[in-house]
Amino acid sequence: MVQLTQGPDAAVEGNPTADAHYEHPHPRKGFFTDTSICIGCKACEVACKEWNRNPVDSDYTLSNSSFDNSEGLGADTWRHVAFVEQDRQRVEEARESGRALVSLGMPTLRAPGGGTGGADAGAIRPSARTGARSGPLDGPIDAGLVGGLQAGPDMGGLDVLSSLGSAVDSSAVDITPPDTPEFRWLMSSDVCKHCTNAGCLDVCPTGALFRTEHGTVVVQDDVCNGCGTCVAGCPFGVIERRKDGIAQPKTDRSPAPGVHAEKPSKADKAEKADKAEKPKKNKNSGVAQKCTLCYDRMTDGQTPACAQACPTTSIRYGEREDMVVSAQERVAQLHAQGRTEARLYGANPKDGVGGTGSVFLLLDEPEVYGLPPDPRVPTRDLPRMYARAGIAMAGMVAAAGLAFLGGGRR
Amino acid sequence: MTTSEFDSYRPPEEPRRRRRRDRPDGHEKAGGREQGNRRHRSGLAPSTSDGGREMAMVPEPQFSTTASDSYYGRPIVKAPPWDERVAAYLVCGGIAGGSSLLAFGAQLTGRDVLRRNTRITALAAAGVGAVALVADLGRPERFYNMMRTVKLSSPMSLGSWVLAGFSTGAGVAAAADVDRMLGEKLPLGPLRGMLRAVEAPAGGLAALLGAPLAGYTAVLLSDTAMPTWNDAKDDLPFVFVSSASIAASGIAMITTPVRQTAPARALAVLGVVADVVATRYMEARMDPVAVEPLETGRPGMLMKWSERLAIAGGIGTLLGGRHRVVAAVSGAALVTASAFTRFGVFYAGKDSAQDPRFTVEPQKRRLAARRRAGITDDSITTVR
Repeated sequence: MVQLTQGPDAAVEGNPTADAHYEHPHPRKGFFTDTSICIGCKACEVACKEWNRNPVDSDYTLSNSSFDNSEGLGADTWRHVAFVEQDRQRVEEARESGRALVSLGMPTLRAPGGGTGGADAGAIRPSARTGARSGPLDGPIDAGLVGGLQAGPDMGGLDVLSSLGSAVDSSAVDITPPDTPEFRWLMSSDVCKHCTNAGCLDVCPTGALFRTEHGTVVVQDDVCNGCGTCVAGCPFGVIERRKDGIAQPKTDRSPAPGVHAEKPSKADKAEKADKAEKPKKNKNSGVAQKCTLCYDRMTDGQTPACAQACPTTSIRYGEREDMVVSAQERVAQLHAQGRTEARLYGANPKDGVGGTGSVFLLLDEPEVYGLPPDPRVPTRDLPRMYARAGIAMAGMVAAAGLAFLGGGRR
Repeated sequence: MTTSEFDSYRPPEEPRRRRRRDRPDGHEKAGGREQGNRRHRSGLAPSTSDGGREMAMVPEPQFSTTASDSYYGRPIVKAPPWDERVAAYLVCGGIAGGSSLLAFGAQLTGRDVLRRNTRITALAAAGVGAVALVADLGRPERFYNMMRTVKLSSPMSLGSWVLAGFSTGAGVAAAADVDRMLGEKLPLGPLRGMLRAVEAPAGGLAALLGAPLAGYTAVLLSDTAMPTWNDAKDDLPFVFVSSASIAASGIAMITTPVRQTAPARALAVLGVVADVVATRYMEARMDPVAVEPLETGRPGMLMKWSERLAIAGGIGTLLGGRHRVVAAVSGAALVTASAFTRFGVFYAGKDSAQDPRFTVEPQKRRLAARRRAGITDDSITTVR
């Protein structure tokens, strides 16, 4: 906790639990959100709200931005599905910008061999680069892509893909996104990135934010005093202070057509006023809130609510290493199909936040989805900031000294 | 004519729109719009006045081609939930820090009135600032959680400790002077001797923590993802310590007779020069997009007037500082200038979170610059 910043070494190792000095670190857990197979059903949003009992964050209004009415991540919305409508020109641009990434000679990110996972991790992982060949999925569909989901103990009948996989020949399952030449509709489920070098965690003055043994970042709601520094510290705009945290079901409805609204009786009015006076306050009002990657479920070995609810396995959960591998295979596969707009977001341990625990496969530039194109954890520059401030403070003392010396005795 | 009771739920009919011509670059050819319009033109439903014509139940599709570098223009980063109380704390911290330096100087050079007034100013400003800071918390009753840990990676944590230490020193020093001012009538008993003994070291402690108190808030603001604050990280501390110097000097010139304020006037003039130069230098070095919030709108106005007031106050101090009234007016101008600077910087950073342009454009630019320089392995976007 007293360590100033996590150096690049920590970033390269990929598991930030080492910085937190856990005696028994677990493998780092994370999400892989494959936006190419997201259908925008918002099951993740609903499951997240329900499991975490998050209050409504606004009145029920339409935001006039496609099917997106939850607007963005915040204190009360920890999963957010973005909807982007694009025309052909934009598709072409996205394809071009993705192709440009290839020719840049990006680093080849291989999973660190012989890491923590050892033999069993290798067993889950499908043979490298099978997806690089074009054609239907063969290898990844059974193990790699749903590896995280199969780990969940109580998937039961919900485990669509694996049941499909057993019933139907896997080559029959086509998860190629439909190629519509005229336009496309992008959907992407956004979530806290659980950064390797987390800005929110670094700047938290109370220690309310902490690194869990699974490498995720979680707020202790009974410690946080709502100073709001973490809100500004997050380069992704994820964490937010919960305003009032009042969760009230809507009771008023406009009358049905043809029915005249009954004038509320005095007793009704009094009852309503009574209810309105004492809205049930959520216990976490005034406290910073964000995705916990379902820490409570995770400690019981369960899959986070959003990943479990996702019907298309667009959201996968598992060890981060495996997530990155399946993400890399998926992007190679899409590129082999000529869909060069596909790219990964957050898989690079050398980026400004040391890589993210939640890895995304995007089909356009990050800013199109409301993600920053080059995020950088502010604390990375903190030593320099302290140094500059030290010089400035010394200057101030010197100026004061000079004023008294120059001002003489009188 | 209404034929069904459900018709009252229909939106009001808008006048028929012709094809929009606002996209000259051929975007209209793309997507379903062309087809939709063709259908309209084929005269599928001629317009009649009896409500029987075809009515679009959904608005025409609009592709997000115009705003391709943001998501519906929504902010990417979130502004901290700080309101004017935090801005007021920034001002108070500067006043308190600068005053403690003046008080220590006065203590060493035997300027009794200046020492007393600046000590009381330091304590009052620190007290008001601390209260404002606590009141701005989401859970004010848990403010003491700041004191449960020391965290070097958190400027807020260090700042809390600086403020606590400073307040202790400034409080003891000011208590001694207040006791003296009241003719030692306070029922202190044997504590008075102790107070006298620790008075000087306490003033020293406050002076030691004075510059950090005045300047750490610059780091607090810069150590965020707010584009304007973060981009000012190299020079904002200089702006803040300068503005703290002029604020503390200004207050001293208001409260204290001119015969003892010569050092305060000297510090004020030095501070004005440093403030104007540092602010201009900072703005010149910032990203041309990230600096915009500092130069436009409400923060732009505040920064502009801050500079004017600082220069006016500096000239007044230099020319008429030995005149009591001129000194007080100049001092007031300087304090206001300092407050404007801090409020301006505060608002500019919060504003810079509201428009995704301030986040996206500088980031894309620095990414492109790194790629041009041959660094291609540190992008968050990869294809492998």
